[in-house]
Amino acid sequence: MKRARIAWAGAVHDAVEAHGQLELLTPAFKGRRVSFDEVIWLPPLAPEPRARTVLALGLNYADHAKELAFKAPEEPLAFVKGEASLTGHRAFTVRPDGVQFMHYECELAVVIGKPAKRVKKADALQYVAGYTVANDYAIRDYLENWYRPNLKVKNRDTCTPIGPWLVDATDVTDPMNLALKTTVNGQVTQQGNTKDMIFDVPTLIEYFSGFMTLMPGDLILTGTPDGVVDCEPGDVIVTEIDGIGALTNTITAQRPA
Amino acid sequence: MNTPWTPPYLPQGTVYGTLLNFRRELALWAPRMTEAPYKAPPQAPVLYIKTANTFTPSGHAIALPHNVVEVDVGASIGLVAGEGGRVAGAVLFNDVAIPHQSYYRPPVKFRCVDGFLGVGRDAVPFDALGGFDGLASLTLELRVHGVLKQTVALADLVRDAATLWADVNAFQTMRSGDVLMLGTDCLNDGTRPRAKAGDAVEITAAGFHPLVNHFSEEQT
Repeated sequence: MKRARIAWAGAVHDAVEAHGQLELLTPAFKGRRVSFDEVIWLPPLAPEPRARTVLALGLNYADHAKELAFKAPEEPLAFVKGEASLTGHRAFTVRPDGVQFMHYECELAVVIGKPAKRVKKADALQYVAGYTVANDYAIRDYLENWYRPNLKVKNRDTCTPIGPWLVDATDVTDPMNLALKTTVNGQVTQQGNTKDMIFDVPTLIEYFSGFMTLMPGDLILTGTPDGVVDCEPGDVIVTEIDGIGALTNTITAQRPA
Repeated sequence: MNTPWTPPYLPQGTVYGTLLNFRRELALWAPRMTEAPYKAPPQAPVLYIKTANTFTPSGHAIALPHNVVEVDVGASIGLVAGEGGRVAGAVLFNDVAIPHQSYYRPPVKFRCVDGFLGVGRDAVPFDALGGFDGLASLTLELRVHGVLKQTVALADLVRDAATLWADVNAFQTMRSGDVLMLGTDCLNDGTRPRAKAGDAVEITAAGFHPLVNHFSEEQT
């Protein structure tokens, strides 16, 4: 099942994909189908009673680590993001005035399904509710070597599009063999496969749950492969993962022209 | 009692911590800041996130992982965001960390360990504290088993509360319920007060309920 969370007709609804449309789950409209163009796409995540933990990985693909001139890390290079940086499919992301290098990062996002503490690698995938696509934008002008990557680079408003779908884990046969691709205005700029992760999803769940209890709805953004390029206002960026979804985002200027 | 009972405060949003925001620690670090891997002093506020698994209410124990003998404990004030970008209240925190010497990589495994944020009983309304001006004269005290280990004056902040609030909101909006901690001070030698299993750590400040957490060994 592919699940979405949308705004439509004055309210927020859960919906599922059905024959190229969205079928609403809201009782009042149950079974009604609406088109993809009729709705506002929100992050495909149910609200949680406590602050959502959003973990992210740097340098988790060997080629990207090489691209950025670092040796592959010996343990996961993890950082944390705030939920407020998340935005949905077909959203605008703001490029600040005067910056030189702002790039997308196409990432497989893991959504945790049940409390996970000291989980072993062999059991780890049982704790996954599903998968979605994240675009973990970075603005390299703001990089500083203090708790790097620092939050001014990685935790900006509008800079983490996620969606369109939460795909049930049971529908993803092998999360460690999925092709990733990014296009900018229709041109392919980034390609990779989740099989090339340095620390795969089970390893990451074992690592994090070794010191922190992960809760339902928590996210792990698993890093991005080679091929990041600068994006300018007006550029349309589609980050796509086979079988998970194609997440569209448009860059906009900080101030309207 | 005239005051109606309210449930203990726990953060509803994302909790941010601030590094190197006391003059003493900044001065101690200054000679190293231009060296590798840092290469330059920090320009933007250096922030980290305390994830929800760290929240421990006052009066509850904080467990040390079995391979950790001692932890840094840090008295801090957190600003609680209200609507419209305003500060609604302030909370006492005990910001616990596994001691780490390098500030180069994000400190997830040092700071996001289960239980590693003691949370004060109440979010005190910001007006009742005198707003930003009132905070500037606030002093926090940290005691281990009743023995005073550290006095922290918010007058010694690098970015005062109003400046930090503005500088952080310039790139990430603090949403209602999000919390921004102003930082923890170090001792004269650059270390922080430590706690080990069996210790009781109390953090106090005028206008706040004392924040008390016992430290225990992890149950396995």
